[in-house]
Amino acid sequence: MSSRGAFAGKINRALRRVPAAPIYILCAAHIGWLFWQGVNGALGPEPIKALEHAYGETALKLLVGVLAITPLLKLTRINLIRYRRALGLSAFFYVVAHLAVWLFLDVQVMAQIWADIVKRPYITVGMAGFALLVPLAVTSNDWMIRRMGGQGWRLLHRLTYPAAILAAVHFVMLRKGWQIEPLVDLGLIVLLLVLRLRRGRRRAPARVAG
Amino acid sequence: MAYRWKNDLTERDVTDERVWLNRRTLMKGAAGLGLAGIAGGTARAETLEPNSYDDITSYNNYYEFGTGKDDPVKYAGALTTSPWAVTIDGLVDKPGTYAFEDILGRMTQEERLYRFRCVEAWSMVVPWRGFELSDLLQFAGVKAEAKYVAFETALRKDEMPGTRYPVLDWPYVEGLRLDEAMHPLTIMATGLYGKDLPNQNGAPLRLVVPWKYGFKSIKSVVRITLTDTQPPTSWNKANAREYGFYSNVNPEVDHPRWSQASERRLGGGLFASKVPTQMFNGYAQEVAGLYEGMDLKANF
Repeated sequence: MSSRGAFAGKINRALRRVPAAPIYILCAAHIGWLFWQGVNGALGPEPIKALEHAYGETALKLLVGVLAITPLLKLTRINLIRYRRALGLSAFFYVVAHLAVWLFLDVQVMAQIWADIVKRPYITVGMAGFALLVPLAVTSNDWMIRRMGGQGWRLLHRLTYPAAILAAVHFVMLRKGWQIEPLVDLGLIVLLLVLRLRRGRRRAPARVAG
Repeated sequence: MAYRWKNDLTERDVTDERVWLNRRTLMKGAAGLGLAGIAGGTARAETLEPNSYDDITSYNNYYEFGTGKDDPVKYAGALTTSPWAVTIDGLVDKPGTYAFEDILGRMTQEERLYRFRCVEAWSMVVPWRGFELSDLLQFAGVKAEAKYVAFETALRKDEMPGTRYPVLDWPYVEGLRLDEAMHPLTIMATGLYGKDLPNQNGAPLRLVVPWKYGFKSIKSVVRITLTDTQPPTSWNKANAREYGFYSNVNPEVDHPRWSQASERRLGGGLFASKVPTQMFNGYAQEVAGLYEGMDLKANF
């Protein structure tokens, strides 16, 4: 076994003792803490946007993390798959918080919400991404996996790919001009998806070479 | 000559709770609030109180220092603002490069409490100090052929980290029609809250055109050029569909990204309500005449 494999084995063994549940607790605490900071004026002169952006950007970072798990396993054999559901669901909870801030604190005017969704492309794109995440969140439990069967479930959860792309495009579009951070996020997501394609096609030779 | 525009909106007025309003905008404000279903009272929505010094100096756009709202306050300290000189050229009688102090020596400064409306649908109220641009232009002597005024911001790659990225086509440039530039509301600001302008707000001198979206009010000006053709402007070059040359505050002309019908006045905290945006940012009485007969939807 190569040294790379030994190193990965060590990490995987160490991780066996680290449960996934704290991810939910940490994310819930972070969501609540950010809100509390907003209430107490610790998020600057424009706490509504600050909160909305913090939730949205954290959701996107978590989605990048979710998409990184498979390439990480294939490239380094480090196995984080048991954390994927917690990361994915947490990303969804951040998206819900992001959406709630937008609806109730930012736009406020209910009549304007639908107009914004259809008229403003970056909002249309963001809402489409959210719509794709809903069935994924609903089916992210053992019972649904059993009910759907592994193959159907995996097929459905490929919606993560377009959802992540839409989320990053939403971020790129809402910033004025071409800004670095959203472009880096979009680039990372595209890279992580391309890695899948290439790995998928070359699976057999990759294994031999590994 | 200063003091041509009578500023009714001084801080003293605010503490006396005299609300500067004409009846029509008050009614419009009430209607807007009613539609929004937000109870809050029209007086609160319309009372002009300056934002805190902290708000004004820690949350703004100045892309030369980064695209985040807190980048200017973090990084603008590196900008050398003394010595500073402004080149006035083009169609003027006395072209030249003038030291900032020499300009100030010739101008009469005064306080102006103005609304400031960002195209991103947030707003502040800022107690500026400055002089009327028309005084400076008259000093330089505007030739009869001049129709526009072009402005340029300093570009110093070593002092402005944001300019290392092509977010915009540097240097930042802006422009006004000559009659807009000569309007008594149009000032070159050199300070706020009675202090010299902090770097992040465009030190040592910046344009302030209160009836236009904030990005027209170009910061840290190093060049003023009188021209006979409409000058290019940075945001229009970056995205002509979204940012027009005029960019007057207009609640009836939507920006593709933001409804411009309402705005959020900063300083209201996490549960702040939106307030209706006023035509020409509340300065319609003073400036609507400049645009008589123009289609403001086409000339946005």
